[in-house]
Order: sequence, then C-alpha cells, then structure tokens
Amino acid sequence: MQQQEIVTAVRAFLRENFLVDDEAGLGEDTSFMQTHTLDSTGFVELIGFVEETFGLEVRDEEMLPENFDSLANIAHYVARKHEPATAR
Amino acid sequence: MDLAAPALHPGILDIDAAAEVERIAHALRSALTGELRRRGLIVAMSGGVDSSVCAALAVRAVGASKVHALMLPEHESSDFSLTRAQALAQQLGIEYTVEAIGPALEAIGCYARRDAAMREVFPAYASTWKSKISIAGGRDGGFNYFKLTVQSPDGKLHEARLPHKQYLQVVAATSFKQRLRKTMEYYHADRLHYAVVGTPNRLEYDQGFFVKNGDGSADLKPIAHLYKTQVYALARHLDIPREIREAPPTTDTYTLDQGQDEFYFALRHDRMDVALWAYNHGIPAAELEAFLELPAGTGAYVYRDIESKRAATRYLHARPVLVEPLPELGH
Repeated sequence: MQQQEIVTAVRAFLRENFLVDDEAGLGEDTSFMQTHTLDSTGFVELIGFVEETFGLEVRDEEMLPENFDSLANIAHYVARKHEPATAR
Repeated sequence: MDLAAPALHPGILDIDAAAEVERIAHALRSALTGELRRRGLIVAMSGGVDSSVCAALAVRAVGASKVHALMLPEHESSDFSLTRAQALAQQLGIEYTVEAIGPALEAIGCYARRDAAMREVFPAYASTWKSKISIAGGRDGGFNYFKLTVQSPDGKLHEARLPHKQYLQVVAATSFKQRLRKTMEYYHADRLHYAVVGTPNRLEYDQGFFVKNGDGSADLKPIAHLYKTQVYALARHLDIPREIREAPPTTDTYTLDQGQDEFYFALRHDRMDVALWAYNHGIPAAELEAFLELPAGTGAYVYRDIESKRAATRYLHARPVLVEPLPELGH
C-alpha cells in the first residue's frame, strides 16, 4: 500500500469520526496532540482503526506519538509494519 | 533554571492545618447562608480519607446536628468501607443513613452491561470472576490506554488491552455506581433542604478523576484546592482514625483490588502531588526527576501525562454550552 493511500484513509476516518474540520488544515505533519485534535481516548480509537483497516497488530509499546501523532507518522508506521520481516 | 521559579524542597506541601480547617469551615458556612441558601450538609462517606475529612469539616462548619451522612454500599464495595464510615460518623456524632444501592444497580443493568463488554474481550468471563481496569502507557511516554485484568475462580489472572468500544462501555456501565449514589445524595439533600458536599481532592479535581453528574456533581467542594498530602495533614488534625488515614487509596469500584494510582495516576499519590505542584509552579522536568529520583527522561512524560489528562477531561468540568449568553442569569 502506498503511503498516500494510508494518509487518505486515515484522514477520511478522522473527518468522519472526530468531526475534524477540513479547513483546520490537517497537514501530513500536523501533530494531533498539539492541535488538540485527539485526546488519549481518541488515540485508542484511532489505533483500533489502524489495526482493523491495515490488518496489523499494534503492540502496547508501539502506542507512541512517534508512530501515531500525525498522518505522516502513521503512514510511516503502517508501511514499516507491512515490510517483510527480513527487510526490517 | 529560572531563578524566579520556586525550588522543590520537602516542605512544599506543608500546611497550617488548624488555620486551613477554620478557613474551609468559614467558606462552607458562608456558601450555605449566601449563594446556596440551604440549612445543612449531606456528605456521602466512603470510608476513605477524602470523604472522612469532608465530613469532619462539615461538622466544624455547621455543627453535628446539621450534617447528615450517607453510606451507599453496593454488591462490590468493600465491607471495610462501610464499617469505617459508620464508626467515624458515630465518632463525629452525626446522623447517618445506610442505603444499599446494589439492587437498584442490578435493576438498571450496571453489572450486566459491564460484564457484557468484558465478555467481548474474554468470552469465558462470568459474574463469578473478578475484574479491574488499569491505566498504562502515559508514564512510559506513550498514549494512555486501559488494560482489563480478570481473574477466573481458579485464581488465574488474564490481562488484555481494552479496545475503544469495550472501554467506553465498561466505564459507562460502572459509572452508574457514582451516578446512582449522587441521585441518593440529592434525594436526602432535597428531603432535608441541605446542600451536597463533593469530596474530590486537588489531584482528582485537576486530573478529571471523577464521573460527570456522578461524584463530580456537588454544591460545594471543600477540599478541591488541597493536594492529597495536605488532606492527610487535615485528617491528622481532625482526629480521623488511623485505620482510615493508613488505608491505601482505592477506587472501591472494581472487584479486584485496585489502587487509585494503578487505575488512573502515573505515580503514587504523594509523588503525584509533588509532580502536579512542580508542574503548576513551572519547575523544569529535570528538577522533578532529580527530586523524585525518577529515571532520566521520565519527568517530561509525567508532565505530558498531566497535560493530557487535563485536556481529555476538560469536558467533565464544562457547563452546558449555550448558543448565546444569558447575562440576566449571570450565564
């Protein structure tokens, strides 16, 4: 899956579930925490969406801002998880 | 470090207990005769230190004859909670009523709805099992999330991360406990024309450790400005029995033993007090780390956890939103 497709899917999820206003300009590097787009409950919901949509398991120790605090971070994380284990 | 910032030292939470008791008693009296126009105080006593101190403060404020205590046990609360609260009410010379809310909670589906959500995570879970939820993540620099721990009758423990939907349902169902208690408190308050005392301390109030329209609802909150350490200082001054002062703070909400720190806070309450004080006073995270001997780098996590809980629970403090202000009501 291309990173752009991941960004598009997550952006659509945020728009649908968190009433995120597109005009607020959800850039790929925008921090959800700093812009108060998501609180901790929101991140748990987002992580559930990522697991279900991209068919992967997020381990407890991976629930970190560097993996989930922006569209770009999520895209990188999902892409990395999809790499074959030998390539990591 | 900013030289203007106060430094951390062991005395930061010291308090003149006698003066503070007088100040709070005066504030309670003024509120009753002024804004609230009620003639006494209702205090629900859990057997914990916060509600015990509030009951004693209420007596200082208006006298024992104007305070009515409630004990509101349910099927899963500890028997110690009830006996400790009754003993203190007798010591304080206040009337009290025991209202067992278990049957009402059962009728409204509190236990069944919670158990249904838990079964979605552990299909074998049954009402004979014990359970609790506990917070994780924030103290390690990650996002806060909740783990569900269940214990089968053979004593074996099972643990899993609670998915979003099941987490919300467990909390929503469990919150019937706090909300039904508050309903009972207001029944007695209306019956006696009294006001309801809310018992959160500063940690709980600041970090949103309460249920909206449950234990978060009250007419007065006499210790919301006091750190937990300061509440203990008042407890000693007010002769609250040692068994109450020395019991570890619990939620008394889930069937497995559960400390408040495990359920919600990043650190044990005395250390959490220091962290919140330091955060409120602009103390750099590195200095907090050194003072509490925390692992390097984790002071910043604790600060981020404080911010994150404040942000996530702002809704709990919010008044209903109006589309336009109604200045004639002061709203």
